[in-house]
Amino acid sequence: MAHATTTTAPGQDVWNGGVSPLDASYGKLMMWFFLLSDAFTFSGLLITYGLVRAAHPASTGLEGFDVTKWPVPEKVFEAVPFLHGVSLPLVFVGIMTFILIMSSVTMVLAVEAGHRMDRKAVEKWMLWTILGGITFLSCQAWEWTHFIVGTGEATKFTDFVNGQWITKEVIGANLHVNQYGPQDFADFFFFITGFHGFHVFSGVLLNFLIYYNTVTGVYQRRGHYEMVEKVGLYWHFVDLVWVFVFTFFYLV
Amino acid sequence: MAHHSEETEITVLPPDKEKIKKLWTVAGILGLLTGFEFLIAFMMHHGPLKTSVFVVMTIVKAGYIVGEFMHLRYEVKVLFWSIMIPIVFIVWMLVAFLYEGMKLSDINFLN
Repeated sequence: MAHATTTTAPGQDVWNGGVSPLDASYGKLMMWFFLLSDAFTFSGLLITYGLVRAAHPASTGLEGFDVTKWPVPEKVFEAVPFLHGVSLPLVFVGIMTFILIMSSVTMVLAVEAGHRMDRKAVEKWMLWTILGGITFLSCQAWEWTHFIVGTGEATKFTDFVNGQWITKEVIGANLHVNQYGPQDFADFFFFITGFHGFHVFSGVLLNFLIYYNTVTGVYQRRGHYEMVEKVGLYWHFVDLVWVFVFTFFYLV
Repeated sequence: MAHHSEETEITVLPPDKEKIKKLWTVAGILGLLTGFEFLIAFMMHHGPLKTSVFVVMTIVKAGYIVGEFMHLRYEVKVLFWSIMIPIVFIVWMLVAFLYEGMKLSDINFLN
């Protein structure tokens, strides 16, 4: 019977193409896999921080800074703009966390508006998201400056120079000296928050691109706002990484 | 621009009140958890217990961000697991590196 009653069992045609078992577009999938690889990169940084920290003797936080002892983060990050000399541990970084979470919320609202083809709402929420990103970056710039310039009190340490031990003083931190503790502490601060800050910066650029395309009606003509969703995934990931940085760099 | 604008009618749907309310609830939970973390930072003494509380709260927050905001909870199972399973490698790296770090501490700072 060469009659064309093709009885196909379910699943038999899977290899002929045209099926999407993951039920997501190519772009969205690739964004997910990129984010997974990026998660590995950030984990590498944070876990190495854990290793180096565990390999150092810890400061009790009761006496001043000591370049041989790993500092307690709340003793290092206790400054807030315009409140010079007031000890407010972790307050500023808490504010930064709040800003980033809020910008994640406005992003998800932009995605929701995109689903409804509501161009005006997408524009509004994208602008809020961009504003949140820029605010976060500005806060980080202030924090870096404060960290680099240092607090008023110098930390003393001994160094072996030309065959003899001499006492030196250091204020502030960079990739060569560090008043708060071991050199590695400052290096990790710059690398981890810097790498994250660079992600936020790229995110702001991408968000702006999305905003621009929304305003010029590109997605309206395309008939869907999936690009908002893809960049949204990236933006949430940046927020996610900050949640981990906040815990493992600032709180623990 | 080569685009000639076809005047296709675009219907703007009204906001999904239910969905938006849910998103704000998630945002509220994230804010609350961050507030708690902030309080615990000062109320508890440093030690393994404090660290585990932080780790648990962080994982809960991560779950909300990835599950709700990034919508992973509602994707098909294959996609969900192809993102979640590789995380095992991170867990293993964490365990191995922290163990190594403590050993290094023993070697470098023998008391």
